[in-house]
Amino acid sequence: MAAPAAMPDEGRPDAAAPPAIELRGISKAFGPVQANRAIDLTVARGTIHGIVGENGAGKSTLMSILYGFYRPDAGEIRVNGEPLVIADSQTAIRAGIGMVFQHFKLVRNFTVLENVILGAEDGALLRPSLARARAELTGLARDYQLEVDPGAVIDELSVGHQQRVEILKALYRRADILILDEPTGVLTPAEADHLFRILRGLRDEGKTIILITHKLREIMEVTDAVSVMRRGEMVATVRTAETSPAELAELMVGRKVLLRVEKPAARPGEPVLEIRGLRLIDAEGVERLRGIDLDLRAGEILGIAGVSGNGQSELLELLGGFPEVAAKLSGEVRMAGRPIPLTGRGADAAGRRALGIAHVPEDRQAEGLIMDFHAWENAIFGYHGDPEWGAALLRNDRIRAHAAAEMERFDVRPLDADLPAKSFSGGNQQKLVCAREMERHPALLLVGQPTRGVDIGAIEFIHRRLIELRDAGTAILLVSVELDEVMALSDRIAVMFDGRIMGERMPGETTPGELGLLMAGVTDTGRAPDAAGIPPGHRPEPPDPAHPHEGGLPQ
Amino acid sequence: MDYATILQILDSAVRLMTPLLLACLAGLYSERAGVFDIGLEGKMLMAAFAAASVAAVTGSVWLGLIAGIAGSLILAAVHGLASITFRGNQLISGVAINFLASGLTVLLGQKIFGLGGRTPSLAGDARFGPVTLPLAETLRGVPVLGPFYAEVISGHTPLVYVALIAVPLTWWLLFRTRFGLRLRAVGENPASVDTAGVSVTRLRYAAVAIAGLLCGIAGAYLATGLSAGFVKEMTAGRGFIALAALIFAKWRPWPALGATFLFGLFEAIANRYPNIEIGPVTIPSMFMNALPYILTVIILAGFVGRAIPPRAGGEPYVKER
Repeated sequence: MAAPAAMPDEGRPDAAAPPAIELRGISKAFGPVQANRAIDLTVARGTIHGIVGENGAGKSTLMSILYGFYRPDAGEIRVNGEPLVIADSQTAIRAGIGMVFQHFKLVRNFTVLENVILGAEDGALLRPSLARARAELTGLARDYQLEVDPGAVIDELSVGHQQRVEILKALYRRADILILDEPTGVLTPAEADHLFRILRGLRDEGKTIILITHKLREIMEVTDAVSVMRRGEMVATVRTAETSPAELAELMVGRKVLLRVEKPAARPGEPVLEIRGLRLIDAEGVERLRGIDLDLRAGEILGIAGVSGNGQSELLELLGGFPEVAAKLSGEVRMAGRPIPLTGRGADAAGRRALGIAHVPEDRQAEGLIMDFHAWENAIFGYHGDPEWGAALLRNDRIRAHAAAEMERFDVRPLDADLPAKSFSGGNQQKLVCAREMERHPALLLVGQPTRGVDIGAIEFIHRRLIELRDAGTAILLVSVELDEVMALSDRIAVMFDGRIMGERMPGETTPGELGLLMAGVTDTGRAPDAAGIPPGHRPEPPDPAHPHEGGLPQ
Repeated sequence: MDYATILQILDSAVRLMTPLLLACLAGLYSERAGVFDIGLEGKMLMAAFAAASVAAVTGSVWLGLIAGIAGSLILAAVHGLASITFRGNQLISGVAINFLASGLTVLLGQKIFGLGGRTPSLAGDARFGPVTLPLAETLRGVPVLGPFYAEVISGHTPLVYVALIAVPLTWWLLFRTRFGLRLRAVGENPASVDTAGVSVTRLRYAAVAIAGLLCGIAGAYLATGLSAGFVKEMTAGRGFIALAALIFAKWRPWPALGATFLFGLFEAIANRYPNIEIGPVTIPSMFMNALPYILTVIILAGFVGRAIPPRAGGEPYVKER
């Protein structure tokens, strides 16, 4: 796995040449929010320079300034030693700066070639530009392992390949300095490894690369130097070889981080959720759940580990009140001993909430929040029918006060309930959702990817809250693709693969390696999988209090 | 129905198609650049009035044409200002333009000419006359094709040929030039254009201006080619029919020609046969006259395949944080 060390670290940066990028005292405010405060940064030529920081630390703003998307309020930029006012992207491009945005700026129904030449055409007619670009792309693809079919339409490409198109766009414009904003957020591990090989190749050709990320593993793996940002300020710049993930993490949040979650042993109580033989076929006719059996008691966390796309999302959505995920369903789900409806009335989110089921959905922006609505409005979605908010007319003053108190308890920053949800960073958006769903002490909490795209400080906070909620007696079903998270939080771990539960483990008695094998679908031989021995529906079941007269005499 | 009648209907269809085609191409430029334009109707109406007025006063149809284009461009500038610079709602801006044109033309017409909102009838050089294409009379003797060439292809006003030439020209501009590539990109993902260092605003203004130009020609043709003067509300919903044709054509130039010809043909048939008798049943003229509009509703309701509009259509471009 380890990359061949190309050169000693000391030899790479050319001491005589001016730094590729020099920022002096860059400041930028958006209204009341100071996104960047007096930032100094020096990036040496021919290096991979990492910039880390929590979500909302100001990394992306700083890079957008460098690419001419925003004008700084104050400060000076030097590129290759020359002072430069970057008024627009065109200036940045001419200065040899290229940017790969987190959300790709590609025209989805254009071909790779058309996207590459857009804005960098040779003349008024397309044909010669396309011909030259095709030849040049072939060369670039060969030199940097950036193979992609020039004639392919973007929509047909994988995310990894779309990212290559973005890199090619920058290189085609003769970029010497390449900025990548959270490039691995959308990539599979294999795609990320390939990207790192590409980046090392580019560096070895003398290009300068700025890598923005909040993943410390990537920083340690690929960068030569790393700068840490915290709350709009540049905290430190260190050589990667001379630092450690723990030190970087501490610099990022400004205090020691609990990398392990401290938690007392669980004291499971009454059964809350029982799932028997749940099968689900989706609209495309794919069987997403193939007979799921799970039990969850009050006061415990059941973690579901697995590579995403193995049925976890469907399970969570069905339980959370999105019955439309299923075209065909069978099996039974009981809540506190009573069967709950899986289709039709009562199977929707309102019905679930009435049963005491709260849901932190996997995609907070699409399902957890309405991004254009204020934080205080978002604070009661799903509970907006509660009488405490008024009958026919909403008591906005009460809702505002409630939201502000909730946000304070969950340390949401900025603490301003009148901002739209989209103005908060990812971690703070997640805290808004968590606050709404957890503050009511539900009997059952469904949590999907609680810390996806969330910074370390917020991760720690959300984890602690989940443990507190568990200790207060809530049953928690946790779905996460982060194995570390599942192992740290869960009292029991169930591994899902291809719509089945491959096995259950206690976190203290298993290893990531063993779980990894189960996640890859390697059959569990030590213990029989739940579904293998006893067919669903044939297990001994508790008496059904919903139908006490079943089998009895008609009245 | 003999061959001569068919030719007459086709000839009429080409003439009736022309304003629709020009307006449809106008909408194509605008919407391909991400600016919805339901103000085609208003711009055409304004252009028709301006063209007829100036032609009536000066006696020159060419000055009329220039006035028509200018009138349409002024409204296009309003639309651009509202929807591009001030990032307003494009539909509301379009509706406002339609109302403005509808009221202003009648008001000004009454004030200037005192004829109840019409302009004086145009004659002679104040109207576009037919252009006889080379060899039209010589070839008339050739069986089938000769009369077709002489009747349907030849003998239209210059603006008909402008509209027909605009189709391949638009195709070429859109798919073979740098301008076209950027125009299509700005309607699909303006951020891609912006990050490439090209001005989204300038491109969208260019598209809206081209739309204004084409609507201007369409309006001038209505008042000085198809008719002999301006009449209140003379566009009669053609701007909306052009929008329906644009959706039908899925925002592509050649299919736009086909779609607008179809609408022209319906109108021509309705004009020729007010009442169609099929055995004992008589289809009333009202139905035939309503046919283009019924077809519009059917197309807009999405019965004709799935038409995917430009992705960024209708959305003002704001740089994201």
